[in-house]
Amino acid sequence: MKQMYPYYFLIPAGIIYSVFFLVPTAMSFFYSMTWWTLDDWEFIGFENFVQFFQEPSLRIGFRNTLVFAFTSMGGKAVLGLLLATFLTTKIRNKDLLRSVVFFPALLSTIAVGYTFKSMMHPTNGLINSALSKLGITGPNWLGNPDIALFSVILTEIWKGVGIATVIFIAGIMAIPKDYYEALKIDGGNSWQSFFHITLPLSRPALNTVIILALIGGLRNFDLVWAMTGGGPGFSTDLLASIVYKQYASGFFGLATAGNVLMFIFVALIAFPIFKFLNRKEVDL
Amino acid sequence: MSANLPDSNIVNNSGTNKGELAGQVQLETGRKKKKLGLLVVEIAAMLVAAVFFGVPFYFVIINSLKSSGEAASLNLKWPEVFQFGNYKEVLMLNDGIVLRAFLNSSLITLFSITTLIIICSMAGFIIARRKEISKKANYIILMGLMIPPAIVPTIWVLQKIGLFKTMPGIVFLESALHFSFACLLYIAFMATIPKELDEAALMDGCGPFNLYFRVIFPLLKPVTSTIIVLSSIQIYNDFENMLYFFPGAENATVQLTLYNFTGIYGTSYHLLFADVLLISLPPLILFIFFNKKIVDGMTAGAVKG
Repeated sequence: MKQMYPYYFLIPAGIIYSVFFLVPTAMSFFYSMTWWTLDDWEFIGFENFVQFFQEPSLRIGFRNTLVFAFTSMGGKAVLGLLLATFLTTKIRNKDLLRSVVFFPALLSTIAVGYTFKSMMHPTNGLINSALSKLGITGPNWLGNPDIALFSVILTEIWKGVGIATVIFIAGIMAIPKDYYEALKIDGGNSWQSFFHITLPLSRPALNTVIILALIGGLRNFDLVWAMTGGGPGFSTDLLASIVYKQYASGFFGLATAGNVLMFIFVALIAFPIFKFLNRKEVDL
Repeated sequence: MSANLPDSNIVNNSGTNKGELAGQVQLETGRKKKKLGLLVVEIAAMLVAAVFFGVPFYFVIINSLKSSGEAASLNLKWPEVFQFGNYKEVLMLNDGIVLRAFLNSSLITLFSITTLIIICSMAGFIIARRKEISKKANYIILMGLMIPPAIVPTIWVLQKIGLFKTMPGIVFLESALHFSFACLLYIAFMATIPKELDEAALMDGCGPFNLYFRVIFPLLKPVTSTIIVLSSIQIYNDFENMLYFFPGAENATVQLTLYNFTGIYGTSYHLLFADVLLISLPPLILFIFFNKKIVDGMTAGAVKG
């Protein structure tokens, strides 16, 4: 039978995946320890990494990336689960609502970023005009360094909650209806059915949402770049935008060190969580 | 969704005729209340959805139809005169750079998807059938799902093989970066295709090429179509990789022209929103036709974990 599954079928995929992904990834570990101009390089040991941890404008990327990844993940998971629970009830317009919530996930991030940037305009923007009608003076969403990151996170949640919702819906639909009926016969109420059936049994869906949202958040570049470009100051700079800035300034070694730190960051955060979540899974 | 009518049931069981009648009356009003409550919830849900998701869309559409001065105030007012010419103006700007961007993005998407489908289905077929390599292969493939590409080394590789800033370069790169997702979908789907088919093909004197092209690949059609729809939206929407690996004025792509838009045309909000709207049309059209495919693809594997 083996001759029906020849290894040479793997060659096209192997070449493309290796040349354009695996080789550059492996190379990055070496070049992150160099001073590099693409034509020429000089080995400088861990100097690039030291610089990443010493310079405040670079170091802030770690904190911002962590805040961004975990806050947006939390928002997507909580809102997604609530929306999914609501959209699996008996309401009639749920298909329409589901499409409406999901559609932003398919839009270009740059388009969403620009749209929200103009809606968050401090004086003319829709959000602050609406707030001023209620007698509230809205903040300078993207201009105030203390809240700019959270404004971007809110936009990220708006864009990504639809994916979390459809994943949760798929999870909830897979829960056998008997469980809910048994609870109803025993006189349980809607709260109990949510906390004792829906929540524990949508665990696999929750895991997927957490992993997807975390990895997406740790790698995020487009949205921050479209909305703030990392500013004001460095208050919204994420690791990915710092890598871009170093690359654009011609510090190729430093940019590559940033890339390597991103790999390590993703691995250190995503892998343990992946393992932990898989261990605690509830069997259906 | 549970706990619908418990109290009316209890009243119903209370025995006497009168009690039964009262119970039925209560049941009726209970149902009416439930229906009314449901209607209120439905209307409230529509309103909330309209505010959070409808308003941004309305905002973009209405402002893309205003004159430059009106659009600059960024409000939701009805335009004085509908400026349908805005769309044409955007497409014709700067010798039609947006039009060229649409052409380039479509070509990149088309070629990348074709490459992706061929390499991933072939690899998925072998990896799924050869159990001895599937575990190791899975690890290597999962890496691509988690780890972001290393920017400068990738540019170095592209330069060395002479593909930096070229169409084939970005096509191969997009195929490599979307390989993991597509290949995993193929591997998972291969499990549903019985091995007996392969044996039958062998009996009939088929070689591996005939088995793959005539038997396996046609059976993979459901996954193939999911990948076509999902990956084409992702590649079309890709900004970061185009910025790094396909820069240059002659290499216009839709997301990059939108990104450069404010830099070149300043605060011409009416044209900016017209561009935003034009760029959002292709995903919208795909979504209308392939709603179920897209959602299924995105939730694939979520239930099993």
